[in-house]
Amino acid sequence: MSRTSAAAGKASTSSSHFELFGLAARFQLDAVALERAYREIQARVHPDRFAHAGDAERRASLQWTTRVNEAYRALKNPVQRASHLLALHGVDVAFETNTAMAPAFLAQQMELREALENATHSKDAGALGALQQSIARDKQTLENRLAQRIDSEKDYAAAAGLVREMQFLEKLEAEIDGAYELIE
Amino acid sequence: MALLQISEPGMSPAPHERRLAVGIDLGTTNSLVATVRNGVATVLPDAQGRPLLPSIVRYHPDGKVEVGYAAQARQADDPKNTIVSVKRFMGRGVRDVDHAQNAPYDFVDAPGMLRLRTATGVKSPVEVSAEILKVLRERAELALGDALAGSVITVPAYFDEAQRQATKDAGRLAGLNVLRLLNEPTAAAIAYGLDNASEGTFAVYDLGGGTFDLSILKLSRGVFEVVATSGDSMLGGDDFDQRVFCWIVEQAKLAPLSPRDMRLLLVRAREAKEYLTLHGEAQITTKLSTGEFVDVTLDTETFCRITQTLVQKTLGPVRKALRDAGLAVNDVQGVVMVGGATRMPQIQRAVAEFFRRDPLNNLDPDKVVALGAAMQANVLAGNKPQGEDWLLLDVIPLSLGVETMGGLVEKIIPRNSTIPAARGREFTTFKDGQTGMSFHVVQGERELVSDCRSLARFELKGIPPMAAGAARVRVTYQVDADGLLSVGAKEATTGAEASVTVKPSYGLADADIERMLRDSFSHAKEDVHARALTEARVDGERLVEATRSALAADAALLAPEHRQPIDRALAALEKALASSDHRAIKQAVDTLNRATEPFAERRMDEGIRRALAGKKIGSL
Repeated sequence: MSRTSAAAGKASTSSSHFELFGLAARFQLDAVALERAYREIQARVHPDRFAHAGDAERRASLQWTTRVNEAYRALKNPVQRASHLLALHGVDVAFETNTAMAPAFLAQQMELREALENATHSKDAGALGALQQSIARDKQTLENRLAQRIDSEKDYAAAAGLVREMQFLEKLEAEIDGAYELIE
Repeated sequence: MALLQISEPGMSPAPHERRLAVGIDLGTTNSLVATVRNGVATVLPDAQGRPLLPSIVRYHPDGKVEVGYAAQARQADDPKNTIVSVKRFMGRGVRDVDHAQNAPYDFVDAPGMLRLRTATGVKSPVEVSAEILKVLRERAELALGDALAGSVITVPAYFDEAQRQATKDAGRLAGLNVLRLLNEPTAAAIAYGLDNASEGTFAVYDLGGGTFDLSILKLSRGVFEVVATSGDSMLGGDDFDQRVFCWIVEQAKLAPLSPRDMRLLLVRAREAKEYLTLHGEAQITTKLSTGEFVDVTLDTETFCRITQTLVQKTLGPVRKALRDAGLAVNDVQGVVMVGGATRMPQIQRAVAEFFRRDPLNNLDPDKVVALGAAMQANVLAGNKPQGEDWLLLDVIPLSLGVETMGGLVEKIIPRNSTIPAARGREFTTFKDGQTGMSFHVVQGERELVSDCRSLARFELKGIPPMAAGAARVRVTYQVDADGLLSVGAKEATTGAEASVTVKPSYGLADADIERMLRDSFSHAKEDVHARALTEARVDGERLVEATRSALAADAALLAPEHRQPIDRALAALEKALASSDHRAIKQAVDTLNRATEPFAERRMDEGIRRALAGKKIGSL
């Protein structure tokens, strides 16, 4: 029992997501290198490799694969990747509340939400699509700014504000998905 | 054709080196078993050469059980005791079943999963499915000449936790060592991808007898990655039969029917549907037990009209999967058609129109799932050398969450997460001095608990009394490679630990399964003890072999003080294997498993180190 929990601890706390994949801890990420490292690790630890093995190896494989999947998912998502990087530098995005959201950003969010409501109300899939594209563009801009703040300027407190803006946009994207299901 | 293989003189593999493994497609309408022989996946036919086994089970008053064609032939004579499409009832209550009033069964409502009252007694859908699996296991053992080392059973990708657990239980009840539950569209993609050496993004449109799945996969050399999956676990060819059935009743102005006539007309409806695949109209004639004659003609146009909404219903999940994958229709390079129901021309047309390309039909839609499952079973059994095998990355179809205040769902693991997956979330107490918390585990996409499927409830007790909001209770969800969930909760602020683990069960506790196992043997010729011994031996030999090959590969990773207990436990297991005491074998297996834990962890660490050192393996 103690050995099992030790293994679980090891698989879940081992260093940063970046180290796990042998990558530099930067916001700007080499997506191809990440995917290659992910697949090479999975090829060695995945439960399918150990389906005929003993319990001990199957358990260790399950724990490692879980850890690798979670790290991969986190690194692929810009909000989670940025939050992870900031956490590595001791900045907690959730507790960094002293920076108020810019009024211009909030006004823009209100507009986007109104557009979403109108599109849902009039069952306009085209308008939803246009909204999605506009959010995708805003996210791209935010990603560029995040790369600047984190990788070049190392201004983590300022980056935390941008991460929160990005969270707003992700939430909106999820709501657009929900709206598609409503109007279908 | 693959060439037959001949070993080098003196190096011929012992019979046990090649582990007998099969893939089983446990279908709503038909089931199949397939295996890989001489490098080629083939479906194993019955003694009469028939590849399919109708998924029909008939219970006789004397306890005899008939499965397949024999049961099918008598289904209209004995509808109550002849169970068809039992897959629709797996992990389901009576309220979940569509057209329950049109089904000629004697349902018994039971917590978790419904039961069926038959001449042999009250049966759970798990027991009925196990009868089908048992016939396929015996068929495979006869064809392959030995006990099976392992099997892969396919499930619809959109099956939820309850349905998956029920399927795995049925496998266990049938005496199978289930290596993995594999999603049907993924199995089809393996068979298809390997057969055509395909690369790129593919959609698999799988309309079976009772379930619909749509999976989107990225295929690249050596990797099958499911990007998104969607579907409807209550939509299939059966629903088309149902529409035709209702149309006949309406056309012929029939009064309410007896169970026997109901089954008779459903069979005629199915025959008409199949006939219309290649013909413009189908004549439906039959004499009912009341003496009434039915004589109506169904043409293609009418058939398309009365099933139009069903065809459209499949396109909702298609759009949802594309959205989840972040892909547009023209990103998809091919659409693979799977399941007998995709033979209907209106389905082919609707899919072609939606994807703006002709769907791919070059593998038999009835066999492709079993063939893919056999290929995966062969890999899981370790019969393929590294470099020649492949990596399969699959996802969970439905979000897993927990109930919070006000009957709302907090999602913990979102749908389309790659499995295995684990995620935790912290919760706290609502009242001062609260020492217990109760958790409700749910599955589904909706915000209200009442709109999701309830999986399990459990309580965490022994939280030290604290002010409201001070306790820190971490709930962790772990989904394994079969898509099955286990949940744990732990309080951590004061260092006082309390934890609990639940495995959701659906009216079938382990004790129930034990009892069913015993019951099933009392009707069969097999001896319980002999079966237990065979299973323990297969398991034990597998472990001896796995340990040996691990030691051969990585003995250098082991410090002498860790090596000794392994060698001792290994010797003890080999000695136990020579005996005929299945309990002794099981005990020795447990001991060896414990002894190899540190070694297993070292090997896993080493695997990751090597992967990052850039030592590429074969095809990846």
